[in-house]
Amino acid sequence: MSRSRKQHITDKAMRLLLVGAASASVLIVCLIFLFLFKEAGPFALKPGLGKLMDSQWIPVSFQEEHFGVGPLLSGSALVTALAMLVTVPISVLVAIYIAEIARPGEREFLKPFIEILASIPSVVLGFFGLLVVAPIVKTFFGLSTGLTALTGALLLSLMAIPTIISLSEDALVSVPYALKNASLALGASHLQTIFRVTLPAALPGIVAAVMLGIGRVIGETMAVLMVTGNSAILTASPLASVRTMTATIAAEMGEVPFGSVHYQALFWIGIILLVITFFLNIIAQRVLKKYGMMK
Amino acid sequence: MVEQSLYPNYPQDLEMVITASQVDFFYGATQALFDISLLIPAKHVTALIGPSGCGKSTFLRCLNRMNDTIPHSRVEGEISINQKDIYTPDTDVVELRKEVGMVFQKSNPFPKSIFDNVAYGPRIHGEKDPRRLAEIVEQSLQQAAIWDEVKDRLHANAMGLSGGQQQRLCIARALAVGPKILLMDEPASALDPKSTMRIEDLIGELRTNYTIVIVTHNMQQAARVSDYTAFFYEGRLIECDATPKIFTNPRQKQTEDYITGRFG
Repeated sequence: MSRSRKQHITDKAMRLLLVGAASASVLIVCLIFLFLFKEAGPFALKPGLGKLMDSQWIPVSFQEEHFGVGPLLSGSALVTALAMLVTVPISVLVAIYIAEIARPGEREFLKPFIEILASIPSVVLGFFGLLVVAPIVKTFFGLSTGLTALTGALLLSLMAIPTIISLSEDALVSVPYALKNASLALGASHLQTIFRVTLPAALPGIVAAVMLGIGRVIGETMAVLMVTGNSAILTASPLASVRTMTATIAAEMGEVPFGSVHYQALFWIGIILLVITFFLNIIAQRVLKKYGMMK
Repeated sequence: MVEQSLYPNYPQDLEMVITASQVDFFYGATQALFDISLLIPAKHVTALIGPSGCGKSTFLRCLNRMNDTIPHSRVEGEISINQKDIYTPDTDVVELRKEVGMVFQKSNPFPKSIFDNVAYGPRIHGEKDPRRLAEIVEQSLQQAAIWDEVKDRLHANAMGLSGGQQQRLCIARALAVGPKILLMDEPASALDPKSTMRIEDLIGELRTNYTIVIVTHNMQQAARVSDYTAFFYEGRLIECDATPKIFTNPRQKQTEDYITGRFG
């Protein structure tokens, strides 16, 4: 009797422990949201949220300060879009080559390089960007400075490419052999089979890979801080200097007076970033669900 | 050219469409087929039977060169279809596979709509006209006896069909390319008895227009659907004859042992 009672209590305790562990992640997300809003909150009352719509970001000024996130948002969007434009085609083609065309020997040779690329710290890539990529961009386009959105995008591509390649490759490899055989048996060539059967069947996985890549790129700070030139201007030109949201937070957080309006504005940038990645995640999951890759 | 000494029970005017002579097949260093010589008559059903691992599926896949996709595999000997050697260096595998369709053991529809599944073959071979495609799709689905079940949902995903329907869809997909020969690799082994019966009925209907080679491990099925039966054992062709003859009065002791259930 008492033994089964003891058993019962142990069960209960164990269950509580596991539920607690599982809830911790939910709790942490909530706390982060709460914390961000607590720090950023007063801004909504004092200068008002309308201040974030200013067309300029001039947080320190003797006349009037401007906290317009538009230029930073456009900087992030521009760098991310450019990076994806470069990354997605390259990554998908490389993934196709590794998964479907390369001979086993070539595969063994290629994969370690891609893995090494994934493990390079972003600061080191930043050095590479400053010393190698920026001068190339500068001379190639005849600019006065090589620190541009394009330079940042190229570096971010280097970071996103390995992730997208390996996830896309997984998606391609996991397409059942039966489908490829069905296509070949109908007289399709190897390439027709890849582009009409294997690639569409792997598409949800590839989309998820790209979403993860965007997530990584939009949140990346160090490399873009080093090579995009950090001028907060509203532009769509790949060859202009821009400043991203992440770089702004990283650059200004260290010297901003605690609790000031500027400090709060930086927290609003953080909130906006969080909301963007949140929606990216939701979109990615919708896509996966639609194609039946997730329950 | 039916050699009466080898095929005493075949009608003399039987037209042979596939000729295999002295075919050996290797997976790397392992030999899977030994000296197979076999004639397959046009517009009849030929069943390949034998215990698991006897080489019947391997032989079937030699006929449309599906074994090409297996690394380190090798074919020796000669296989001709309509008097044309299909293993010469200048053989067009695409043309060969248009001529020789294949249905697999496990139904493998593409994760696309029913229409797109059937239209896949014609499309890759260059058919673009939507009206012509619609015609081909309807015709193929009717031939595969599945039109009535799917005509109202041609644009629904094929993965939503039942196992038996999926297999008939795969048959329709193979027919849409316009083959003369259909290879079937245990097409009903993953299906319930009712679906199996429908596939067997379908084979009965298709035999008037197509040469069918079917691999089966189900001897009753071979007896029901085929006109001729070839018995494989350990990579060798033991005996080939008219189906009733094989099942009532085989010439070889091994065949008799197998069909009476003494092994396999």
